[in-house]
Amino acid sequence: MATHAGGLTATTAAVHIRDLHRSFTDESPVLTGLDLDIEAGEFVALLGRSGSGKSTLLRALAGLDQDAFGTGEITVPHQVSVVFQDSRLLPWQRVLSNVVLGLEGGGAKARGKEALAEVGLAGRERAWPRELSGGEQQRVALARSLVREPELLLADEPFGALDALTRIKMHGLLRALYERHRPAVLLVTHDVDEAIVLADRVLVLDAGKVASEVRIELEGHRDPSDPRFAAIRTELLAALGLAGGVEITQEES
Amino acid sequence: MTAVDTETRETGSGASPPASHDEAASGRASKPRGKRRLGPGKAIPFGYLVGPLLLLGIWAWGSAQGWIDPRILSAPWTVAATGWDLWESGRLGPDLLVSARRFALGLTIGVLVGLVLAIASGLSRWGEAIVDGPVQIKRSIPNLALLPLLLLWFGIDERMKIITIVLGVLIPIYIHTHNGLRSIDGRYAELAETLRLSQGAFIGRVVLPGALPGFLLGMRFAVTSSWLSLVVVEQVNATSGIGYMMLLAGTYGQTDIIIVGLVLYALLGLGSDTIVRLIQRRALSWRRTLED
Repeated sequence: MATHAGGLTATTAAVHIRDLHRSFTDESPVLTGLDLDIEAGEFVALLGRSGSGKSTLLRALAGLDQDAFGTGEITVPHQVSVVFQDSRLLPWQRVLSNVVLGLEGGGAKARGKEALAEVGLAGRERAWPRELSGGEQQRVALARSLVREPELLLADEPFGALDALTRIKMHGLLRALYERHRPAVLLVTHDVDEAIVLADRVLVLDAGKVASEVRIELEGHRDPSDPRFAAIRTELLAALGLAGGVEITQEES
Repeated sequence: MTAVDTETRETGSGASPPASHDEAASGRASKPRGKRRLGPGKAIPFGYLVGPLLLLGIWAWGSAQGWIDPRILSAPWTVAATGWDLWESGRLGPDLLVSARRFALGLTIGVLVGLVLAIASGLSRWGEAIVDGPVQIKRSIPNLALLPLLLLWFGIDERMKIITIVLGVLIPIYIHTHNGLRSIDGRYAELAETLRLSQGAFIGRVVLPGALPGFLLGMRFAVTSSWLSLVVVEQVNATSGIGYMMLLAGTYGQTDIIIVGLVLYALLGLGSDTIVRLIQRRALSWRRTLED
């Protein structure tokens, strides 16, 4: 079984994975000897086709893979937050209570309010989750993960259920929050452009291993119409087994 | 709301001939429709009283017309007058108080026991293995059948009456709370794990609120069950309470007093059910269901 050691190595590497194997059935293992390191404060995006093991890897890091079996070495920091594809707010708790869920101490409420203000939801503390839009709910989920000051933020297709415009806004918000709090981030996504816009490094997972990786070195605002952006996209799409690039992206998204 | 409505309607009417489609779309989409097309619609103010009042109306009408023999069923006004007399003479008050006390005590203990059993059985496999079977067995044995045994064990005093009520109450509380608890979305447990919630916080913030709709439904059954058990125990070996008053009236053929007792049970039952429903509305305001 994997070991979830405390933040001993957190100062240099946030995540350290060696030879990770995970499977749900005997016939088709999902992860087959995966190695991965994420530096403290590094933003990594993880791409891969459906069934390539993206979510399995993320769940292994989150310690949510009791139903899987396998071997390998995992080191993650002590403070890990997870953002799911659904906002996963408790419908019976008001927004602020959802943000500070499980936090103790007198300052929790104040910190929760601060976190809500950071995601642009000041004044909505007393709202019920169902009264918020999908994007707002996901912002509450972000506030809930950030109020815990994570050293590692795991995000499993967090914007997958949002409309295109909201998604673009959320990209800006997530990047801004990341700049301010500087956790290490592992973002699982199926959206190549999202990966390039947000991450410092993009990994492509295939057949249970990291098949290729691309370091994104675009200065300033990352613009999808930038030719260098397009070149990276073509490279990543090729790694995902799709030739021809742009037309296929449009079809996919 | 309205936007969604309009959209649904337009897609829906898309199947009909194009000529009527335009007409229907422009005619109906212009102003918000007051009610949902599907679902029960808006709540009627005091709607829950309509059925009982209708029943009362039929009773009064039948008595006034002379269709109902007063020896079989006294007229509503006779019952009201008898009730008032009983209250005035001080015979009703003490009996009512005794009954109410038994009801409240039995309900409280029964709810607590049912709740604890449901949580134990809902959160632990061992708890379920131990608790669930006996509760299901008790569920299939009517209280009436248990009564002789309870009488032998606990005698005819208050203790036996309260225990009988408790046994009736804990079943619906257990069944519905357990069901509500097990129906909580597993993803919330996953969330609780990633947030490293303590067992206590998990129960307090996730399990109990999540099981609350089930618990409150069980509560409605429990309240009624409590009154039913009360009737049974008060007609067996009791020397006080509404049931005893009715039993006594039965031996003297005083139909009106029997009806007073029945009406009291009905009023108390309806009243307590209404209270539970009000609590339900308050406590579950986070939900949006067909009820709203």
